[in-house]
Amino acid sequence: MAEVLVLAEHTADGEVKKVTCELLTAARRLGSPSVVWTGSGVDAGVARLAEFGAEKVYVADSSDFADYVVAPAAELLASLVASKSPAAVLVAGTTEGKEIAGRLAVKTGSGVLTDAVNVVAGDDGAPLAEQPNFGGAITVHSVVRAGTPIIALRPNAVAAEPSSGAASVEPVAFEASDAAKAAKVIEHVVAEKGERPDLTEAQIVVSGGRGTGSADGFRIIEKLADAIGAAVGASRAVTDAGWYPHQFQVGQTGKTVSPQLYVAVGISGAIQHRAGMQTSKTIIAINKDSEAPIFEVADFGVVGDLFTVVPQLLEEIGKQKQI
Amino acid sequence: MNIVVCVKQVPDTEVERSLKPGDSTLDRGSVDGVINVLDEYAIEEGLKIAEAQGGEVTILSMGPAKASESIRKALSMGVHKAVHLIDDGLAGSDALETSLALAEVLKSIGFDLVILGSESTDARTGMVPAMLAERLGVPQLTLASKVDISGDEITIRRVYDDGYAVVTASLPAVISVVEKINEPRYPTFKGIMAAKKKPVQTLTLADISVDAGAVGLANAATWVSDFAARPPRAAGVVVKDEGDGGARVAGFLVERKFI
Repeated sequence: MAEVLVLAEHTADGEVKKVTCELLTAARRLGSPSVVWTGSGVDAGVARLAEFGAEKVYVADSSDFADYVVAPAAELLASLVASKSPAAVLVAGTTEGKEIAGRLAVKTGSGVLTDAVNVVAGDDGAPLAEQPNFGGAITVHSVVRAGTPIIALRPNAVAAEPSSGAASVEPVAFEASDAAKAAKVIEHVVAEKGERPDLTEAQIVVSGGRGTGSADGFRIIEKLADAIGAAVGASRAVTDAGWYPHQFQVGQTGKTVSPQLYVAVGISGAIQHRAGMQTSKTIIAINKDSEAPIFEVADFGVVGDLFTVVPQLLEEIGKQKQI
Repeated sequence: MNIVVCVKQVPDTEVERSLKPGDSTLDRGSVDGVINVLDEYAIEEGLKIAEAQGGEVTILSMGPAKASESIRKALSMGVHKAVHLIDDGLAGSDALETSLALAEVLKSIGFDLVILGSESTDARTGMVPAMLAERLGVPQLTLASKVDISGDEITIRRVYDDGYAVVTASLPAVISVVEKINEPRYPTFKGIMAAKKKPVQTLTLADISVDAGAVGLANAATWVSDFAARPPRAAGVVVKDEGDGGARVAGFLVERKFI
């Protein structure tokens, strides 16, 4: 069975990101999964890779991946595509994952499909990807018809399912070319995010909109998120007003999320916002305007003032926790 | 400094968009075209850099005749001149093909700095800036929330979900900018009048020596096999808060086992 390369997303100390397990689950449908591990930490991560069906783990333990932007990872993948002739290459559909996919596509003359929410083997065995277009209004099925199919899979879209694999580690000698070292990282500043899950990987997202009224008013969104272990999101009105940082914007020009539960608080639900969240499995909306379009996509909606509804909700959640 | 800002005309995101049944390409005729909102930040950044460093800003846009509306708007913001790559053979090009065509134009017109929006609001692949850097063999400084230029050295803040990286390189380079990096200016009346006299050079595939067999829908490395409108969500329950709204949400959460 042909190999399928899976570019692992992991921390420097080897913690395997959830999306990597999702990529392995999808890869198993297309062939034999071989993880490509960039940088350090594989000893700590290999057990998890085995648990999700990795047969091989190619390890390029070089600091080039952390020291230079994107190009080294694309170079490593291109050399593995040449030497292993994989059936496909799967990467996480994160901003950086898509950039790596793009450079790899140019290097190998291959078609690349981004933002896939599912991938299966088509009738001919080649990958068939499902992509939501225009914020989920249209579902497209796409194939690659030149080179080695490269697919960027959206985090949180495919459920990770365990299946044991050999996960045999094979070191790969790698040194980035001078061309791939053109953009040098001189500092990486990690913001304090506390215990909250990542916005795009979270099972539950609580988002606040214009109805929160101010940066101060927005704090109730954080409280609710923390009470149910959710990530915090915001509408464009909120990030434009500077009430919450821009990187938490959900919508057409921000993040696209597909959590199990999305709670929209004080958000009217303009197309711009729905484009970033309407593929969520379950949607709850709280808004004082009964005409707000967010109610058209909500599974459960409450027409009311968020500043009375949410405090009561927090109280009820507190009671539930004591049971 | 010779700054080129790539601009894409996209359908307005404020209205519903659709695909054409025949070839699964965007139905551009059915909605108004606007400048991709993220490209407005790229234009503003280009103008700011030119004001600080000296030099000219050129708009490069690939698209049908209609794209001239967006080019004109960019010119009215203060951009000096424009290049419009227009050729029927380009219709339906995917990101790989688009980056090929844009790279060939950039090679022919020359540049010190290429600026793009981080993604387009229609296709949203976010790949074209990285693909351009790869094709041009210049540093990729993408997802910038801050840009500093000192002589030949360029330094950006690259945005990550968990913070940012400070990344540096030597010019020439390709950069992409994220939303909110700046506050894009509005065209002034004077700017709108001046834009009418600014030069717009049109180029075809033949002008940049790109073979028609290398671009366009028929030659794309990716292919849409089918598409369908997403089934509408089943109608949910909407209740009015009668003093029990919070409790009812909690009840729903319990029922669905979220808490």
